[in-house]
Amino acid sequence: MNMPLLKNDWVIMAIFTVAVLTAPLWLTPVGAGYPDLMQKFAIFGIFAIGFNLLFGLTGYLSFGHAVFLGVGSYTAVWSFKLLTMNVLPAVIFSILLAGVFAVVIGYLSLRRSGIYFSILTLAFAQMSYNLAYSVLTPLTNGETGLQLTMDDPRVLDGPVGQGLPSTQLFGIEMSGYNGFYFCAVMLILGFFISLRIFRSPFGLKLLAIKSNQTRMKYTGFNTRPYLLTAFVISGMYAGLAGSLMAVTDPLAGAERMQWTASGEVVLMTILGGAGTLFGPLFGAGIIKYFENIFSAMNDGRLHEIFAFLPDWLENIVVAITGEFVGEGWHLTLGLLFMIVVIFLPGGVVEGIRRASAYVKGIFQSSGDKDVALSAEKE
Amino acid sequence: MSIVLSIKNVDKTFGGLHALGDINLDIEEGKTHAIIGPNGAGKSTLLNCCIGRLIPDSGTVEFEGKNMIGMQPHEINHAGMVRVFQTPEIFPDLTVLQNVMIPALARRDGTFKFNAFVSLASEKAIEADAVHILEDMGLGEHIHKHAGSMSRGDKRRLELAMGLVQHPRLLLLDEPTAGMARHDTNRTIDLLKRIKERGMTKIIIEHDMHVVFSLADTISVLAQGRIIASGTPDEIRGNPKVQEAYLGGAEL
Amino acid sequence: MDAIFLQILNGLDKGGAYALIALGLTLVFGTLGVVNFAHGALFMLGAFCAITLEKILTISMKVKDESITFFDAYKEQPYLEIWFGDFGTTIIDWSVPISILLAIPVMLLIGLVMERGLIKHFYKRPHAEQILVTFGLAIVLQEIVKSFFGANPIPSPAPEIFSGSAPIGVLLGLGESVVYPWWRLIYLLFSGIIIFAVFAFLQFTTFGMVVRAGMHDRETVGLLGINVEHRFTIVFGIAAVVAGLAGVMYAPILPPDYHMGMDFLVLSFVVVVVGGMGSLGGAVAAGFLLGILQSFASMNEVKAIIPGIDQIIIYLVAVVIILVRPRGLMGRKGVMED
Repeated sequence: MNMPLLKNDWVIMAIFTVAVLTAPLWLTPVGAGYPDLMQKFAIFGIFAIGFNLLFGLTGYLSFGHAVFLGVGSYTAVWSFKLLTMNVLPAVIFSILLAGVFAVVIGYLSLRRSGIYFSILTLAFAQMSYNLAYSVLTPLTNGETGLQLTMDDPRVLDGPVGQGLPSTQLFGIEMSGYNGFYFCAVMLILGFFISLRIFRSPFGLKLLAIKSNQTRMKYTGFNTRPYLLTAFVISGMYAGLAGSLMAVTDPLAGAERMQWTASGEVVLMTILGGAGTLFGPLFGAGIIKYFENIFSAMNDGRLHEIFAFLPDWLENIVVAITGEFVGEGWHLTLGLLFMIVVIFLPGGVVEGIRRASAYVKGIFQSSGDKDVALSAEKE
Repeated sequence: MSIVLSIKNVDKTFGGLHALGDINLDIEEGKTHAIIGPNGAGKSTLLNCCIGRLIPDSGTVEFEGKNMIGMQPHEINHAGMVRVFQTPEIFPDLTVLQNVMIPALARRDGTFKFNAFVSLASEKAIEADAVHILEDMGLGEHIHKHAGSMSRGDKRRLELAMGLVQHPRLLLLDEPTAGMARHDTNRTIDLLKRIKERGMTKIIIEHDMHVVFSLADTISVLAQGRIIASGTPDEIRGNPKVQEAYLGGAEL
Repeated sequence: MDAIFLQILNGLDKGGAYALIALGLTLVFGTLGVVNFAHGALFMLGAFCAITLEKILTISMKVKDESITFFDAYKEQPYLEIWFGDFGTTIIDWSVPISILLAIPVMLLIGLVMERGLIKHFYKRPHAEQILVTFGLAIVLQEIVKSFFGANPIPSPAPEIFSGSAPIGVLLGLGESVVYPWWRLIYLLFSGIIIFAVFAFLQFTTFGMVVRAGMHDRETVGLLGINVEHRFTIVFGIAAVVAGLAGVMYAPILPPDYHMGMDFLVLSFVVVVVGGMGSLGGAVAAGFLLGILQSFASMNEVKAIIPGIDQIIIYLVAVVIILVRPRGLMGRKGVMED
């Protein structure tokens, strides 16, 4: 039972790597095979994987993770402005600075648990957001957002030619597919680390904290450093995601820190399945995919889709569905979210598990009743 | 024989209630010491003072010469004093095996260790240790079950396994057989007897006199927050004061 | 001196809104044990009750504009004016206060439906799931409002006679320069009345006694054979009405838009926590206190010393309170102290 586990992990990694790198191939038939959208999948995938390392493993619900996303973005843009357009230093600095923020915010917030922890993280996020908009304008450029300009020093790059330079990795421009592949590699790395943590004694201890923290203390563990480590790692993932946003589009605004942005990553994680390895990725993918499709849709497009219906019915159907697409995409999202929390707290992954158990049940019940019974008991 | 645990002049009041008054108790190495007494006598309070859940108003609790008062629960655990709870305190979301691997990891890793890049599957020694204890407890066939789905009796035995896997030098048992069926109780008694043969020091709080008299080397009787008698089982059995306080005069 | 007085007033009426929202939030937490992230949405719905009524009252028809004589011009004139003349105009002018009559039954209904349809299934589920499901509900509610009323704030004026400023400086002997908008004074008075009414209700009725007992020890009250669940529903309804009324009356102060609920929600949670989870008096005290703190922090003199303090003061207070005294200003010992 142990050997296959270890082997399985490498198989999982291999399949995952191939799947991510070939994404342009298998995403094209569903209309998502273009770099802009695939980058989003990868970036929010990283964000959600990181969030899951905190929420999924320890059960601590942070409502302030957008801060680290924002810090990552600002740091990356500053790195582009001051040092070089090379993305590597930008990514590294972003992860580190997000980590520093996470140490401070985590150290204070983790003195409390439950709702109080959530509210503390929310309060820190709101403070950061408000400050980024007001007194920190010299650092954040306030409402306009931090952008590249022609007179940025960029000390490592030397003088540039005409126009704003674009982000690059040792000369390879980070636009189009290059940008996607850079994000994809980061996603694979991020997933690998997450997988290792899930399978490690450290990960098991985090799960045990989620299950019964008091018992952990009497078992001889100092739970706070464990929680803080998980918090910081998870903050660094958010920093990485934030920096990748700046890599693909060198601009950073305070709205990235708003608490609704924190809410979005919570949503992704729950929708996919908190505490599962793949859940957050599914959640991020599903939300970004449908956001792309639904928000681009309008009544004209809906009329085309429902053209096969009789006219009067078509109009009714379009009028109703019209509320849920385009501007109304958030309504769909909110409903979807409620439905998942109410009926399927385990998220999509739990849904798949139940569905496959159900299908198995059908096949077994026709053959061997005893087996079906024992499966039910479990 | 050396003294493992020494409780000196411990006092504890809650509001106006004098829960513990001037408790003095020495536990000798390798002995099983039972604390008995009617409900509300202060038994659990005393245990909580030893384990760091409560801080006494005055007095000291010395474990192997070190004062434990004011120490964090995880520090007390690493000093070698482990408590098994009255209501099963387990990790309901983990498997039975994982439940026992956690304390085994605590013993090896200390209060904090960042081993995020080691595979759990490669922790053979930890796993073997856990499996061994679980088989000893008669839980061998349950090791991959969800701990939360087990019967209450099994949970209590799991808790015992979680305590034993840490090889504590002092084990505090809070009513280890409460809520168990008779045959489970007997099984637990046998088990505790075997540990005794290995020389582990134990404090047992127990209502079941059958359990107390089959296990204890020495007994202290607590009534209204005070120790009214201490001695061997025979001395306690014959002590009229104990009979008066504990059973209202009935024969023990 | 005048400036300080005005800041206190400013703080008090902002605090009034905080207190009213927080009151319902903490009532629901204290009795039902539910963390309701959709509570801000109730405040927003209240404000949109005022907008809706105004829209209904001003349903118009095209009539010839008599004031323009040199060509045929048409204007929209509300039916109310056409039917009732000046009386109709007055009713339209007073649409915000009149909305209270609409908001009470509407908010009560919304509250009851919300509790029966959703919240009651979450009593026994973890706080995290309560937060998540009500967060989802809040999104749904605000998006529905957005699809009906659009994304932009909709101004809804107070009645004409309250539109100016009150010369309170003259009344209080502080000089003529001290003036304060009438409507904000009305709001302050209104929030005081509502708070008083809620407390009186809880203090002097049998129902209120049971609710207070329930806040103190939910399980025991359940054991007494009192139908707690039935009362929970009503408590939730009351909380919804209070939040809704706070929203109705706030409409002239802040033109309502669909996300105002979310903005106030975060602040109200901070207020609840500072006051102490489940403490009614604490919520009210903390509401006014934070309102005043906020308005002092917004003074230029203060901002000059600590830049940006106005942006973070409330959150800062919340962080300090949670870390130093988790039960809040007036919370009971042992409630949520982890």
